[in-house]
Amino acid sequence: MREVAAGFQKPVMLYSVGKDSAVMLHLALKAFAPGKPPFPLLHIDTTWKFREMIRFRDEIAERKGFQLIVHVNRDGLERGINPFSHDSVAYTKVMKTEALKQALSNHGFDAALGGARRDEEKSRAKERVFSFRSSEQRWDPRNQRPELWNIYNTQIAPGENVRVFPLSNWTELDVWNYIDREGIPLASLYFAAMRPVVKRAGLHVVVDDDRFPLEPGETPKEMMVRFRTLGCYPLTGAIVSDAATVPEIIMELQRSRISERQGRAIDKDQAGSMEKKKQEGYF
Amino acid sequence: MPAADHVSVKSNGTKELSSPQTKKELLRFIICGSVDDGKSTLLGRLLCDSGTVPEDQFEEAGTASRVHGTQGDDVDLALLVDGLQAEREQGITIDVAWRHFETNRRRFIAIDTPGHEQYTRNMVVGATAADLALILVDVRKGILTQTRRHSHIASLMGIRHVILAVNKMDLVGHNAAMFQTISDDYKSFASELKFQDVAAVPISALTGENVCSVCGGIPWYDGPTVLELLETTESHRDNAACGFRLPVQWINRPNPDFRGFSGTVASGSIKRGMPVVVCPSGHTSCVRRIVGPSSDLENAVAGQSVTLVLGDEIDVSRGDMIAAAGSPPNTTDHFAAHLIWLDTQPMLPERQYLARFASACAIARISDLTHRIDVNSLNQLAAKTLEMNEIGYCKISLDRRVPFDPYIENRQTGSFVLIDRFTNATVGAGLIGFALRRGGNVIWQEMKVDKSLRAAAIGQKPCVIWLTGLSGAGKSTIADLLEQKLHALGMHTYLLDGDNLRHGLNRDLGFTDPDRVENIRRVAEVAKLMIDAGLIVIVSFISPFRSERQFARSLLEDGEFLEIFIDAPLSVCEERDPKGLYAKARSGKLLNFTGIDSSYERPECPELHIDTTKLPADEAADAIVRTLKTLR
Repeated sequence: MREVAAGFQKPVMLYSVGKDSAVMLHLALKAFAPGKPPFPLLHIDTTWKFREMIRFRDEIAERKGFQLIVHVNRDGLERGINPFSHDSVAYTKVMKTEALKQALSNHGFDAALGGARRDEEKSRAKERVFSFRSSEQRWDPRNQRPELWNIYNTQIAPGENVRVFPLSNWTELDVWNYIDREGIPLASLYFAAMRPVVKRAGLHVVVDDDRFPLEPGETPKEMMVRFRTLGCYPLTGAIVSDAATVPEIIMELQRSRISERQGRAIDKDQAGSMEKKKQEGYF
Repeated sequence: MPAADHVSVKSNGTKELSSPQTKKELLRFIICGSVDDGKSTLLGRLLCDSGTVPEDQFEEAGTASRVHGTQGDDVDLALLVDGLQAEREQGITIDVAWRHFETNRRRFIAIDTPGHEQYTRNMVVGATAADLALILVDVRKGILTQTRRHSHIASLMGIRHVILAVNKMDLVGHNAAMFQTISDDYKSFASELKFQDVAAVPISALTGENVCSVCGGIPWYDGPTVLELLETTESHRDNAACGFRLPVQWINRPNPDFRGFSGTVASGSIKRGMPVVVCPSGHTSCVRRIVGPSSDLENAVAGQSVTLVLGDEIDVSRGDMIAAAGSPPNTTDHFAAHLIWLDTQPMLPERQYLARFASACAIARISDLTHRIDVNSLNQLAAKTLEMNEIGYCKISLDRRVPFDPYIENRQTGSFVLIDRFTNATVGAGLIGFALRRGGNVIWQEMKVDKSLRAAAIGQKPCVIWLTGLSGAGKSTIADLLEQKLHALGMHTYLLDGDNLRHGLNRDLGFTDPDRVENIRRVAEVAKLMIDAGLIVIVSFISPFRSERQFARSLLEDGEFLEIFIDAPLSVCEERDPKGLYAKARSGKLLNFTGIDSSYERPECPELHIDTTKLPADEAADAIVRTLKTLR
């Protein structure tokens, strides 16, 4: 993170409100202590995030003294793009990928810090820590810069930028152990509670507000569930769980045989799904 | 990185919870071999048999197996790890993949690197992070060129432990003699390398034999399995020998009362009160405070991220190194190093590259390529350039002094990368050997009469007018007219012409890319001497490469270098062909001719751009005189 702050003109930290973002925020505060991190936070809001995520986001940013930039793809919103009437491929492209590109170029950020990890998904396993993007924000997996030792190449031409992933070599369990050790606050959605759930395409979807179009005869059922990852509520499946504290979650993870992003619909909507999204500029 | 120390997986796939108190060691190893040796399958086997593969990913690989797989209805284990689609389609591993797994005893990061020759640079990347190399050989093929190359890179990159996995034993009826021959061949080859230990294991990645467990197919082998070796090989790297090193990454100055120097301890340890030296300045002080992420610390060790506050107000900036006063690093601007070339554009001696060290940055020039190393025989070969994937030994000059340790003593402070100044690509990886003393022996002699006094005596402001363009574009004609006009104005001039200099000063140079670079370096230095003498110098050279024109500009002060692009399309130049050279080049009688079989990089923002298809030579020369007047 210090390398990013020292090597670039205008860095930013992507903040998704999730647990990885929480760890990133914590690390940023530590990396620059007793000073303050010299970059703002950027949240790409699709307007379909859980209401609690938004409350939590604003509270944390204020409490930790970060400048928070929230970007919504207004154009996508005006076109009425939403996760119900559009398939998840089109929705993600417009409301997340396009929105992120807009935000980065509008503000002229030349480096964006993100919390992605190599253990999450196969194409992410090959991502660089400092991942170069062309001026069109594209990722070319065949033309990545070699990374040797801990020496990072921070040279870019005007208009180009890099995505930086300091947590590349962490695992999901590392993240939870770290949250436990450091007592990092998280959104309560990570912890089991009774929530209204409907089943859609094999996912347990929590009905977060009245925009959720119920099928005829469908009624949300109260179930004890929690989330392993947080995204847009209609596209993020909960898991049935009674783990209500960090140590209970760690215990549960150790017994689990299902990968973390399994509840994320957007990873599976096309073959080589994440790799394609990444080439287009998704985080 | 925090230790995930609560879970453990038995090698037979059953899970048990270990006590949260036990902290497990991490071993990073690189897994390498040739195409089709079964690398991804072996890794898939390690992940699968250690119980690390989540069920949903296993099912997905099962689905993909039926499309791309080679194992009929069985799950093709390689598909668990070959992440990118292009790999699935071509059946080879392209990039570097980082895989985590763990057992009761240890946590592992398996670095899966490409076997295919055109991706050897990715193996170099993987090797920089690894403590052990797991080298795979197909028992039917034996030791290949690529096996030797990978072994040499592993040795050079400082890996000291090797496991030689002889794979596909099931396909040769578990033949003991074949295994023994390969094992002996490899050990005799490796005896010339710097490995501490080499262990050979006969395996079958497909059936799992001797990978995580013994299946009984190879009764004549009673040694450890691959996993047992991975669990027991000594994992720590000893960097501590050369003492405390902290490359300064960030100056922490939240308020006027606090000034700290942040970075990650690269080696050794530090205590509060310890005397330190700041390199390259050589200022000494002591550590007043060690500021940790949340509170002050008494001491810090390698790998920890800290902010140091020193006892004295001394100047420290990013790129400096804070070191133990008793054992400081070397400081030099000229050193010998091994260089591994990573880029498709070959390395050119004398070209300027950007060099990045642990935190320092400098402009570097390869002043001498001593030899290239043949990775099959380890013989030293004469060479003028390094192509991609080649390893050479060179002398490198920097524009400033940087602190370093020899790579063999400290991987972190003894390494550097070279970056192309135009494409910004990472083009070379370097391992520092030792400092060369030249820098110490040649001392700059200060003279009393300097450039400004000489220029004042002849009443003009010296500059270089650098004409670049294709052969036949009109450079020589315009240069000649320009000098006449300037002379008529009473200026003191000199014209350096490419062809003319090749009769004398540059007689020993040909037209290959490295020779062209040296050609321009000499002309630029001569032009600089003439500027120092107060002259207006006209340089008329094809000078095809941006880097070298930029180099010439960088030798001079602002406003002293005017780049004039004499532009005419290749077809026009070829039609003019005043010296008959294009005809010769087209008929194959002349090699490396710019525009035909050697490239010309057009200037991006010259001080003046002249299109000689539109502007006659005399008017072009007038335009240059006007530019000269307006710029001063």
